[in-house]
Amino acid sequence: MQAHDLNQTSLNVVRMADSRPNYLPWGMALAVCAAAPFFIYPVFAMELMCFALFACAFNLLLGFGGLLSFGHACFFGGAAYLSGHALKVWGLTPELGILFATAGAAVLGLLIGLVAIRRQGIYFAMVTLALAQIVFFACLQLPMTGGEDGLQGIPKGRLLGLIDLSATVSIGGQQLPLALYFFVLAITFGGYWLIWRTVNSPFGVALKAIRENEARALSLGYRVDRYKLAAFVMSAALAGLAGATKALVVGLASLTDVSWHMSGEVVLMTLLGGMGTLLGPVVGAVTVVSLHHELSSLGSWVTVTIGSIFVLCVLAFRRGIVGEIAHRLKKTF
Amino acid sequence: MDQDIILETQGLGKEFRGFAAVSDVNLKVARGSIHALIGPNGAGKTTVFNLLTKFLPPTHGRVIYQGEDITALQPAEVALKGLIRSFQISAVFPNMSALDNVRVALLRVAGGSHRFWTSNRQLDAYTDRAMTLLADVGLTDFAQVLAGELAYGRKRALEIATTLALEPKLMLLDEPTQGMGIEDVDRVTALIRRVAEGRTILMVEHNLKVVATLADKITVLARGQVLSEGNYATVSQDPRVMEAYMGVSADEATELEGAHHG
Ligand SMILES: Nc1ncnc2c1ncn2[C@@H]1O[C@H](COP(=O)(O)OP(=O)(O)OP(=O)(O)O)[C@@H](O)[C@H]1O
Ligand SMILES: [Mg+2]
Repeated sequence: MQAHDLNQTSLNVVRMADSRPNYLPWGMALAVCAAAPFFIYPVFAMELMCFALFACAFNLLLGFGGLLSFGHACFFGGAAYLSGHALKVWGLTPELGILFATAGAAVLGLLIGLVAIRRQGIYFAMVTLALAQIVFFACLQLPMTGGEDGLQGIPKGRLLGLIDLSATVSIGGQQLPLALYFFVLAITFGGYWLIWRTVNSPFGVALKAIRENEARALSLGYRVDRYKLAAFVMSAALAGLAGATKALVVGLASLTDVSWHMSGEVVLMTLLGGMGTLLGPVVGAVTVVSLHHELSSLGSWVTVTIGSIFVLCVLAFRRGIVGEIAHRLKKTF
Repeated sequence: MDQDIILETQGLGKEFRGFAAVSDVNLKVARGSIHALIGPNGAGKTTVFNLLTKFLPPTHGRVIYQGEDITALQPAEVALKGLIRSFQISAVFPNMSALDNVRVALLRVAGGSHRFWTSNRQLDAYTDRAMTLLADVGLTDFAQVLAGELAYGRKRALEIATTLALEPKLMLLDEPTQGMGIEDVDRVTALIRRVAEGRTILMVEHNLKVVATLADKITVLARGQVLSEGNYATVSQDPRVMEAYMGVSADEATELEGAHHG
């Protein structure tokens, strides 16, 4: 009798959520992004993608690892400088320059992670902030970073030494940098796919267990610190990938990208969109960057306005935009 | 080294800012036995567990497990050696289903939990084993319920199932029947007896009826020190033990505990 019941239940057992890619939303997102440069300013669209990837990378750590870093700008901005230097001074091809910068961000992530990972809660946030400030001052003082001016005029170069990324295609009287655009699109989707894969992997399950109850995970024999460190390094590397790509897009690596404002901004994007959801940070990043863009005429009032919107959003739906929708529809995104 | 002793402590002590929560505890847990650690509230039982599983570093003394000094190890390393604990405050992964709570333990045993590049469908392979474990603790019907939404007694049962998933050699249970109704207590008592086959159990338990039924040996702790040791008959006749239990007889103490937890 019992054996029978058992089989019944195991047949009905729901598989792990989201274990299989649902190709429809991926296809739709790809279609929308592929069409975007024909409707909105391509450089702006590329910036949106870079910030979306940055926020997703941050969310991997906060939403799925349960760790609040207040220094993620140092990976984003640090990698921007690294790729800028590699492209401009060493003359590397763009894919190699970005790869180099991403690896650099991963190493930086490992160093900072090793120091920070044993702290809990607010102490973790403070350690990451303090170490990120050191990176900021390094970027301000080092001779090769261009100080207050930043690294300007970063060349786009030739992808794989073949495809000129600065080339534009003339469509309907507009000059569209399509080669660059689709390169950035590929990077963004690649990064996003890696995050999706990680969240829905055995590692993702272990990470979730650790976030839910660290002591219990430890008592089950999970070496908790290693998992957290791995998540931290991965998050740093992907944030670096986003920053390096952004430097290529705008041809500039500046202090803005490594400053603590940027670290705060990515927290805001993630919380606004909905932390712990895969789509939330994308929505948050698009919202925040668009608002900056739209409200730029307001000058320093931008910060106040965005701050107020953030406060209102958090009060109205504390799960974030996507988190709230998902909650209402009882689905995960 | 005595082959029949799976776990031994030598002069184990822990001070919290000068306050000796545990002092000079010399425990010997016989392989294959059910050993109970009892004592009044605040006696230091949970602290002993924390010392054994490395959740706290001891101030004094050594812990020897299977002939090896494990005093300097990390909690996860101790767990990998088959010494698995449960917690007094029920410890589950609240936003995961009961099934996933057990599967994540099975994942750790099977290995591969570092893989971020493969699908979590790997866990589907552990479903049958997990369902068997859930059935063992009477949670078959709750497999899909989020652990955080389970009733208290069921959370404890889930915790035992999760611990069993690791095939522990030595299982440390901190008040496994606390907060359970009579039926659940009986079921968990039977379960502990069943799973004790082929392994050793060290348990903290307030319910003296459970202790009387299960324990081969009892160590009574009071104010951080071992007060008495022996089987139930010996310990329950020990006047010092009765005094420690608020000056009442062991039988009355059983009733008191029953009333307290019922
Ligand atoms: N982390 C800590 N810091 C300071 N004091 C502590 C700490 N942990 C335990 N204690 C103290 O040590 C003593 C023993 O506590 P412990 O939790 O081990 O008792 P217990 O026997 O498990 O009690 P109970 O039956 O209530 O679970 C108590 O006086 C407690 O206040
Ligand atoms: Mg206790």
